[in-house]
Amino acid sequence: MKAPDLLELAVRNLRESVLRNSLTTLGIGVGVASLVAMVSLGIGLQQNTTRRLERSGLFDTVMVTRADAGGFGPRRRNASTAENQRVLDDNARRDFAALPGVLEAVPDIRTVAQIRYGDKPHRAMVAAVPMSAHDREAFENLQGSFFSSGSAGEAILQKSFAEELLNLSPEPADESEAGKPSPELQPLLGKELVMSYAARLSAPKAGSAQIASGASHSPATSQEASAPANSTDAELNPLLAAFSVAPETRTLRIVGILTADPDAVRGVGRARVFVPQDFAEGLQLMLPSDLGSDAAAGERTYLEISVRLRHPEDVPRVEESIRRMGFNAFSILDASRSVQTAFRIFDIFLAVFGSLALAVASLGIVNTLVMAILERRREIGILKALGASDMDVKLLFFVEAGAMGVVGGVLGVAMGWTIGKIINIGVNFYLHRQNVPPQTLWLVPWWLVFLAVGFSIFVSFVSGLYPAARAAKLDPVRALRYE
Amino acid sequence: MIATPQNGSGTIETQEICRHYTLGAAVIRAVDGITLSVKAGEFVALLGSSGSGKSSLLNLIAGLDRPTSGSATVDGHRLAELSSEELARYRRESVGIVFQAFNLVPSMTVAENVELPLRLAETDRGERSERVRRALDQVGLGERLAHRPSELSGGEQQRVALARALVNSPRILLADEPTGNLDSRTGVEIMKLIGDCNQRGMTVLLVTHERPLAEAYATRLLFLADGKMVAEQPNTPNRAESGAGA
Ligand SMILES: Nc1ncnc2c1ncn2[C@@H]1O[C@H](COP(=O)(O)OP(=O)(O)O)[C@@H](O)[C@H]1O
Ligand SMILES: [Mg+2]
Repeated sequence: MKAPDLLELAVRNLRESVLRNSLTTLGIGVGVASLVAMVSLGIGLQQNTTRRLERSGLFDTVMVTRADAGGFGPRRRNASTAENQRVLDDNARRDFAALPGVLEAVPDIRTVAQIRYGDKPHRAMVAAVPMSAHDREAFENLQGSFFSSGSAGEAILQKSFAEELLNLSPEPADESEAGKPSPELQPLLGKELVMSYAARLSAPKAGSAQIASGASHSPATSQEASAPANSTDAELNPLLAAFSVAPETRTLRIVGILTADPDAVRGVGRARVFVPQDFAEGLQLMLPSDLGSDAAAGERTYLEISVRLRHPEDVPRVEESIRRMGFNAFSILDASRSVQTAFRIFDIFLAVFGSLALAVASLGIVNTLVMAILERRREIGILKALGASDMDVKLLFFVEAGAMGVVGGVLGVAMGWTIGKIINIGVNFYLHRQNVPPQTLWLVPWWLVFLAVGFSIFVSFVSGLYPAARAAKLDPVRALRYE
Repeated sequence: MIATPQNGSGTIETQEICRHYTLGAAVIRAVDGITLSVKAGEFVALLGSSGSGKSSLLNLIAGLDRPTSGSATVDGHRLAELSSEELARYRRESVGIVFQAFNLVPSMTVAENVELPLRLAETDRGERSERVRRALDQVGLGERLAHRPSELSGGEQQRVALARALVNSPRILLADEPTGNLDSRTGVEIMKLIGDCNQRGMTVLLVTHERPLAEAYATRLLFLADGKMVAEQPNTPNRAESGAGA
């Protein structure tokens, strides 16, 4: 028989026992719905968490320090051999940026500065933030706006520092208030701050006069050639020869106030004032690394460079490349990986429970079709007497099972989608009352729609296997015996 | 299928054909070594009392059942050598079958019932309705296309069944007590239609236990008893005579 005829006959057979077949189909629908609801809940939770993890900036970033520096990561025994040791300078930065998959390599620039608001001086750690941090979670609930450009003289303040500037007593940490703009702090936006800091001025060539002599707190000396008077001088001399330090002031305009703390992981070293990266680099801030022995070479060096990648998957590869260059590299990807594994197990768990309902539904198909064989014994006998082959009969039952699978699958996806939607609305209603921003806990991706319908059809076919084989084997002589 | 020179010959031959049923220790010899030969265009009646094996023999010839031993060659096909797929094809192309119980599909209309063999034979859709109408016209039911079998009388149902058997234009018609469920007048109507088929050249093998009907239409009578052929006699049909009596 040709496919359209098979389909036509199958549909008319299904319509013959509308109630029974509808109930069976509904059973499949409920099974598919539970599967879809379960899996989509898993996917939703996973995406939600993964997105948060990704936006935290912890998982697509490799932090690089000098091989002989302490701090993160495993220390390698031979890391500090002379030939292996490289300086974390702008050359290194360019090398990192040139690695495939790297979005940018940003040196950590932070220093303690005096911040003047009105006539009151304050002390605060100032840190540079690249423009790419705009989409980071920490800057999500920014009161005001992000920097207008990388080189703008603008500042984003930590909320507690903003409160300090206005002489407000710090608000008690109220969970429900998180992420909400504070009207008391609003007047600060657009106001100006004056930042005073220690600038590192490049030294003139050997023998020439010191330009910023008035500014430096040590008298200028010539090169290493001049013998140091004591041991302290012996250490300082090369540094002093390489650059001098001068106090500088800059005016910053306040553009935003942060409720979240992007620097939380740094503990005591965390910054309370953030400025754009390019702007900060232009300031020639005196950095702690400037006191290291490498600084004598005259080049700027950094304590740490953050290498941000396009895709978190590239982290291990880039990490390895950087290690091979002779640096310390560290990332939190491993932590992320175990989170992914946990979610995969969670998904499988949910899918198994969802499938259980579908398995029960598939028994319904077997039952319905076996009943249909008993009822349609004579009809099958007639078909065979008229020349239907075993395959025709088998296919007819298959198509009937498949049709129930298609309808049940589509129905089930629709039901599952609705169930998920209701869960979402319910949860968000609750979250809203708890003053938590809305979350997408539940997500039905297109692949799940097709997979669920496909799985439903597959299950139906498998369920139809036995009834179809049984119908095909039916002896027409017995079926048509006239009693 | 292999086209043999005899293909579509319209002949029926059996060689010592047997069909034994085993029920526990007992063996029922429903058909027990029957050899017969029906030429193309013949009208042969199989007569015998109930349980003599008439239906069993017809089912073997129809390819609905397989013999325990012996063989049948029908319309050029050696049935024992055909696969079940080929046997199905033989049933839809070479023979038309009519049963005592009509065996219409109750959920289908008259037209759909008659269309079934065309569906199975994968006949083009465009061609089907015309062939269904022609087959139903032959049995005088051209106006009842949309009716359900339950809306028809017994005689009309059997005429639909006959149209269904004829719609694929087979060379051979096999009829198993086609009048058994009908009163004598409608039975005669059906016999007339079967007689017409034979007149147009179809080979007819009719199973019946009503001797007068057989004598009115058949060109040869075969008598069965206990699965064996016990007698054979030529017959000169007298269609007019049977019309009144039977
Ligand atoms: N499937 C079967 N199993 C067992 N015995 C059967 C079966 N079919 C037919 N028979 C027996 O075979 C014999 C012949 O039956 P059948 O061919 O139907 O006779 P008829 O059509 O002449 O009345 C009967 O005795 C019947 O009981
Ligand atoms: Mg019989």
